[in-house]
Amino acid sequence: MGVSLVTSLTIFMLAIFVGFEVITKVPPLLHTPLMSGANAISGITLVGSLISAGAGMTVISTVLGTVAVAFATINVVGGFLVTDRMLEMFKQEKGKKK
Amino acid sequence: METITNLVYLVAAIFFILGLKLLSSPKTARRGNQLAMIGMLLAIVMTLFDKQIINFTYIIIGLIVGAAIGLYSAKVVKMTQMPQMVALFNGFGGGASALVALSEYSRMTGAPRLDTFIALILGLFVGTVTFFGSLVAYAKLQGIMRGAPIVYKMQQALNALLLLAIIVLGVLAVLNPLHAWWFLLIIVMLSTLLGVLSVIPIGGADMPVIISLLNSYSGIAAAFTGFALQNSVLIISGALVGASGIILSDIMCKAMNRSLLNVLFGAVGSEEGSGGPAGTEQKRVTRFTAEDGAVILERAQSVIFVPGYGLAVAQAQHVLAEFAQILIDRGKKVRFAIHPVAGRMPGHMNVLLAEANVPYDLLFEMDNINDDFRNTDVAMVIGANDVTNPVARTKKDSPLYGMPILNVDQAGTVMIIKRSLSPGFAGEDNPLFYEDKTMMLFGDAKKMLTELVRVMKE
Repeated sequence: MGVSLVTSLTIFMLAIFVGFEVITKVPPLLHTPLMSGANAISGITLVGSLISAGAGMTVISTVLGTVAVAFATINVVGGFLVTDRMLEMFKQEKGKKK
Repeated sequence: METITNLVYLVAAIFFILGLKLLSSPKTARRGNQLAMIGMLLAIVMTLFDKQIINFTYIIIGLIVGAAIGLYSAKVVKMTQMPQMVALFNGFGGGASALVALSEYSRMTGAPRLDTFIALILGLFVGTVTFFGSLVAYAKLQGIMRGAPIVYKMQQALNALLLLAIIVLGVLAVLNPLHAWWFLLIIVMLSTLLGVLSVIPIGGADMPVIISLLNSYSGIAAAFTGFALQNSVLIISGALVGASGIILSDIMCKAMNRSLLNVLFGAVGSEEGSGGPAGTEQKRVTRFTAEDGAVILERAQSVIFVPGYGLAVAQAQHVLAEFAQILIDRGKKVRFAIHPVAGRMPGHMNVLLAEANVPYDLLFEMDNINDDFRNTDVAMVIGANDVTNPVARTKKDSPLYGMPILNVDQAGTVMIIKRSLSPGFAGEDNPLFYEDKTMMLFGDAKKMLTELVRVMKE
């Protein structure tokens, strides 16, 4: 993997701008699901921890990696499910359904 | 293979962005979240094909344990406990980033590249702060720890010193990349301390800000880990979440008319519940019963409810929804005015009311309803105080001064359901209580609303 720091920084900065654009359009009504949903997305660290846990380099790296997998999975699974549970509750007034 | 992996990661990132975009309307929000789930699944499955992975035993153990805990917590958590749940999930995300950073270091053979090593140390630092900061936030919100701010002398100086020490250790680690274990471990310890110490002085009404901020930190930690692993999907997702948390913190701060620095270091509300009304002069308050309230409500054409966190504490959201339905059935115009800081996290009150089956078209954010109070017959305040206090407009030396408030005082009649006359978090007496058009209905929100429902049905 030969991604340079500049490339990484470019991706990072562009993503921040996209994030600002997209997230400012979320209404306050949905700020709690936004937070828990975004939260679940930040559990993407799981991708990194899978390799740490499975590469089997040293005992330390495997142990740390395994705990990281568990932590990140709690974040991902819990975050997405709780968001889904909340969004399911948001309903329009009766008779107004299109 | 690497090209395919990176392409799939790109697709996952696009799914995340589209998912967040669909959150802009309650009609599409659920689909958006499901889209993000698919993106995550894609990224995970693709990673499992990575040629570096030679042993799946520990991966499977970690996945099963994590999924079981996540699934269970998401199923049983009550909507009122959502802030602490999000704080906890958030903490685990940050903790995972820190652990990956350490694990990566232990896997390194030979001297690491300078930029990736710096990113690794930053990921370790931010991730650890997020983990322990979130645990403290969780403990405070869950009531395991006292919610009030804990302040002591030289608090900020100590935090600054810790930060400085972490920077120095970071530089030392970078200078000795092959023998950095001790430096990294001390960084973990100091970051732990910093995470705990920077959250304990924040309490009460400021919790929404710190939860948003910790949310942002967990994103930034993931992004740093992404830099260290040169993994674009981590960088993109981390940046998105970082941006989201910062925007929400900013919205919360504006809603309280305070700067982020003031929230982080100001420790407002440390005398929570201790201060009585500021002026000791006796002011007259008229006590009304549910029957009195019902008479006025029978005659009213339009009603705006102003729910605050007290409503959730009293578990009264379901009775409120029932009561609102009775009024709607009698042809009255019923709406709910939601202040940005009503609740313990951004948007919390909307979730609580949605759970009680209040349709979301009846929920209005402050700016969209504030001009309508003057054309409204009855404004009914339940478990809210500071966000309705007119002092915020006039009294320059008040801690509330300048905070945007709901114009409850402009309604024809103001009904306030409250246990007592005690001031809110800011410790500022509310002159609204003593106005002629105000009816104070003293009592527990749930009991009073149940009483109102009973009287209205008769």
